[in-house]
Amino acid sequence: MMGEVASFPAKVVDAELATAHAAAAAVCDPEVPVLTIADLGVLRDVTRTENGIEVTITPTYSGCPAMDMIAMQVDLALEKAGIARRKVTLSLSPAWTTDWMSEAGKEKLRAYGIAPPVGKAKGRAALFGVDEVACPHCGSAETERVSEFGSTACKAHWRCLTCREPFDYFKCI
Amino acid sequence: METPLFTYTLRLADNALVLGHRLSEWCGHGPMLEEDLALANMALDLIGQARNLYSHAGAIEGQGRSEDDLAYLRDCPDWRNILLVERPRGDFAFTILRQFLYAAFMHPYFERLSASKDETLAAIAAKSVKEMAYHLRHAGEWVIRLGDGTEESAARLKEALEDLWPFTGEMFEVDGVERALIDAGIAVDPAAIRPVWDATIDHVFGEALLARPRDGWMQTGGRRGEHSEHLGHLLADLQFMQRTYPGATW
Repeated sequence: MMGEVASFPAKVVDAELATAHAAAAAVCDPEVPVLTIADLGVLRDVTRTENGIEVTITPTYSGCPAMDMIAMQVDLALEKAGIARRKVTLSLSPAWTTDWMSEAGKEKLRAYGIAPPVGKAKGRAALFGVDEVACPHCGSAETERVSEFGSTACKAHWRCLTCREPFDYFKCI
Repeated sequence: METPLFTYTLRLADNALVLGHRLSEWCGHGPMLEEDLALANMALDLIGQARNLYSHAGAIEGQGRSEDDLAYLRDCPDWRNILLVERPRGDFAFTILRQFLYAAFMHPYFERLSASKDETLAAIAAKSVKEMAYHLRHAGEWVIRLGDGTEESAARLKEALEDLWPFTGEMFEVDGVERALIDAGIAVDPAAIRPVWDATIDHVFGEALLARPRDGWMQTGGRRGEHSEHLGHLLADLQFMQRTYPGATW
């Protein structure tokens, strides 16, 4: 199939790559449907290989059950976009970090009622370190952690002491 | 014929899966909703780590065995986990103390393994170390709360410690399989983990008003495939579907 690719004018090939990128980038996280995998930093790369288009994704947590679903949705999105020769690859390195989340993504999270990760992920979370997390509903800084672990692997459970609402906090790792 | 790298990777994977399974047994039985979620979350992290490690082990072996083949189709003597992780889950104090002892070891271990010359092991470790930091913090907080809590919680924690302590020595064992890999910069030397582990244990036990037991006789054997009867019961549960309906998929 190399000959076929090589026979395309360069701009047509690039257009297919751009289409593939746009289609993959628009896939939403099944657990946090306001975020695309591009917002999350789960989408790592879209490249052309000799076998067609290759999309590389990375899991947020080792056991994230959404990964199989995301891989399937990316494959489907590319098919719908008319990309016949495609492959979705899972990559573990470099390890995903919340630092890859876009600012737009963080804003979308907040509007959805999930507090976005605070600050930058440091090399090592200190024992008994305390985060300060603003309430995504009323903006108050008077909040407290209910549990390190929440409804999904990537979130912790917090509550606001001002408006009394519970909320999820997207953990900073 | 098992190569040292296969055995080593399998040991890491089996530790993660067996402990993950023990934690998953709490699902729906946690002492409170938040803790039920926390235990399930930690189980998920460990099972995820195990999946990555089994896939790598299968690739190293090169016989076409998948992560599922390794998890579901091996019997007790082929399992390489330490005995600590296969102990029955016990009460909440037992479960959380075991998690603390394990995470206090695996957190610095993965930190070092992320510099392994085996790129896949390094990648898996760099990912897992972030998860172990959470497990360590969470379990450590609970150890303090239970130890410095009520008479009942302190007594249960103390009893759990007496049960578990003889199983901690196996984490630090090195045999011929691992020595060569350590020298080659692939595996981590557990001797380097000892001072970090000691410091974490002493700090948290100090806060928890828990006396550290003397190091006496230490149990051993799991890493060579010599297991307690508890692993067999665990596998009967874990492997039931594949043993009853071989090749079943859904």
